[in-house]
Amino acid sequence: MTEPFLSDVNLVVPGMLIPLLPLAGFLITGLLGKFLPKSVNGWIATLSILASFICSVLVFQRLDPEHSVNIDLFTWFNLSNLHISFGLLIDPLTVVMLLVVTGVGFLIHLYSLGYMHHDEGFTRFFAYLNLFIFFMLMLVMGSNYLVMFIGWEGVGLCSYLLIGFWFKNDAFNDAAKKAFIMNRIGDLGFLLGMFLMLFHFGSLDFDTVATQAAGLGSNQTLVIAITLLLFIGATGKSAQLPLYTWLPDAMAGPTPVSALIHAATMVTAGIYMIVRSNVLFALAPATLTVILIVGVATSVFAAVIGLMQNDIKKVLAYSTVSQLGLMFAALGLGAFSSGMFHVVTHAFFKALLFLGAGSVIHALSGEQDIRKMGGLRKLIPITYWTFLLASLAISGVPFLSGFFSKDEILAHAFEHSKLVWVILSASSLLTAFYMFRLVYLTFFNNFRGSEETKKHIHESPWTMTFPLIILCILSIVGGYLGLPEVLSHTHLFGNYLSSVTEGSKAYLAETGPVSHSTEITLMVFAGLAAIAAIWYARKNYLVQHQLPEADVQLTGYRKWIYNKFFVDEFYEKFIVKPVQLLSDLFLVVIDKLVVDLIVSAAAWFIGLSGRTLRLLQTGNTGFYLFAMVFGMILLFVIQLFI
Amino acid sequence: METFIQSIPHNWYLILSTLLFCIGVMGVLFRRNAIIMLMCIELMLNAVNLLLVSFSTYSGNNDGQVFVFFIMVVAAAEVAVGLALLISIYRNVASTDINVLNKLKG
Repeated sequence: MTEPFLSDVNLVVPGMLIPLLPLAGFLITGLLGKFLPKSVNGWIATLSILASFICSVLVFQRLDPEHSVNIDLFTWFNLSNLHISFGLLIDPLTVVMLLVVTGVGFLIHLYSLGYMHHDEGFTRFFAYLNLFIFFMLMLVMGSNYLVMFIGWEGVGLCSYLLIGFWFKNDAFNDAAKKAFIMNRIGDLGFLLGMFLMLFHFGSLDFDTVATQAAGLGSNQTLVIAITLLLFIGATGKSAQLPLYTWLPDAMAGPTPVSALIHAATMVTAGIYMIVRSNVLFALAPATLTVILIVGVATSVFAAVIGLMQNDIKKVLAYSTVSQLGLMFAALGLGAFSSGMFHVVTHAFFKALLFLGAGSVIHALSGEQDIRKMGGLRKLIPITYWTFLLASLAISGVPFLSGFFSKDEILAHAFEHSKLVWVILSASSLLTAFYMFRLVYLTFFNNFRGSEETKKHIHESPWTMTFPLIILCILSIVGGYLGLPEVLSHTHLFGNYLSSVTEGSKAYLAETGPVSHSTEITLMVFAGLAAIAAIWYARKNYLVQHQLPEADVQLTGYRKWIYNKFFVDEFYEKFIVKPVQLLSDLFLVVIDKLVVDLIVSAAAWFIGLSGRTLRLLQTGNTGFYLFAMVFGMILLFVIQLFI
Repeated sequence: METFIQSIPHNWYLILSTLLFCIGVMGVLFRRNAIIMLMCIELMLNAVNLLLVSFSTYSGNNDGQVFVFFIMVVAAAEVAVGLALLISIYRNVASTDINVLNKLKG
């Protein structure tokens, strides 16, 4: 439902400020940054996001969940059959994403004030962060697919800029390029989907497309094609199989970047997009099945790889890929609001985990290998406790936020197919195991690093610990937004999003409500499984002091897991190399032989003409006169024939 | 008066004019002395004058004769400039032979 522009001034003004404030922050820090002192730049950037967050809260308070507000700013394309306007849409789904993006974004900006304090690119970092938040807000606030696509591309760009932030390192630049290129492959799918939509429906507005698609009916090839292409876009952006390899490499960027972009916001863009298009996807059961399979496969695949990683950030990266797989599985089951719920809780505890990892790295003066950590529990307590709680949350330990959101997804899986439930539960078990492997190796037993590093271990400054504490509180209580039926009559989160998701309910397969006893059994089972996994990790890494082996000694299946199933090598050999060979072929054949030949032939011809015509310049006046006379006679003769 | 002149066939005037013009052209092309070349250019101009006047007489239209006045003026001005240039060149190279001036050979 759209409302006239000016009737909701109270809503529209904060609504428009939300993306404008980070943009202003970017322009000020980006253009004027070198004239202002470093700390001023940092605070301008941070406070602009805080202001954006306050506006988001105002919008949340003032929005009526049943009436979304469409702010049409100006007409962008006005051609004969193409009318696209540049507009912002404010509805419950947008508000959820706004609160997460600006809230977690603000905390990460605050954290970066401490973490990047000694970096010479401090101002540039904050400029990029603000730009990223701006684009992310454009993505979530867009009223049609094209505005969303602006944000979509923009966050890809900022991701590239931020991953390759320390640009003097070639490996980091390669990681940045990899992320951007893989994103772009996905974007091709998104674009093709948009082209199809535009061609057949004549519009890119969410409402119009959904209504027209619904008019076509369920299971139509067109809608299946569009949704599959959109899903390819989501695969690139949200790091699902097969386009996920950029995310672990993206850990080359500074830790706040990993927390913001690759945990809480950008990677969830794919899920947001699918939930936004829930009607379209509900009309294409084949696509939902594909999404389910990809999500489940990714979830397990990444969890297995995470079991043997030794870099603290890589473990968290694979964990992110795995959790995203879980969210996509939820979408594939048609549980759109459950997927969003997990996005929100995941944002809290994953951002907390990354920021905590950053705190550890900061304390250890840059060490990231967990084999050289240990015993940090007493030395950096705030980091330890928050990290521990985040790990408990992600493992699905009862009554923390992760438990409720995961349990909801698992319950939907159980209704749909027992096999899916088994695989997802296995994935959750692995998650609990490798997270606590990480916790025990990092924080328990004795410190395994150098003496030099040990002397410098210190707790982080307040700008870094304060966000940790806030996120910790959110990770604990965030679950109460979505209590399952057995414990509460209202599912706050689901109800809030109902106006957005109800469109699809008509087309999804009917599944009966889960009985209370089944629900409780599932919850108990999940809780016990998590605790068992944690106990097993404890046995291995705390009690028995097992350490991950050194790199060279692995054989058999362990070698496969440690080397990430050689996926990167596979891509390198079968995709990158052929393209490079093709490029070399073009260089040698077409560029050198054909194009260069044509250009040098033209140059040679000019030279020849010059050399020949030069002979006319004899310097002999008599000859010149003769040439004049000859020319005139020639003209007279020619004019007889014309 | 016109009948008197018209007793000479018009063609003779045309042939005379053409011959004079060709002699002028050949003089310009084959002679080396700059002064002779200028005189040959004058010859060409006068050949054209003759042509114009003859046509004017034989067709009764006086436009031809008026145009001849213009040509004479232009010829006079051109000779003045041409001779001035010639004198200036003579002062530099002490010769009126045009083959001496070949510095533009490329």
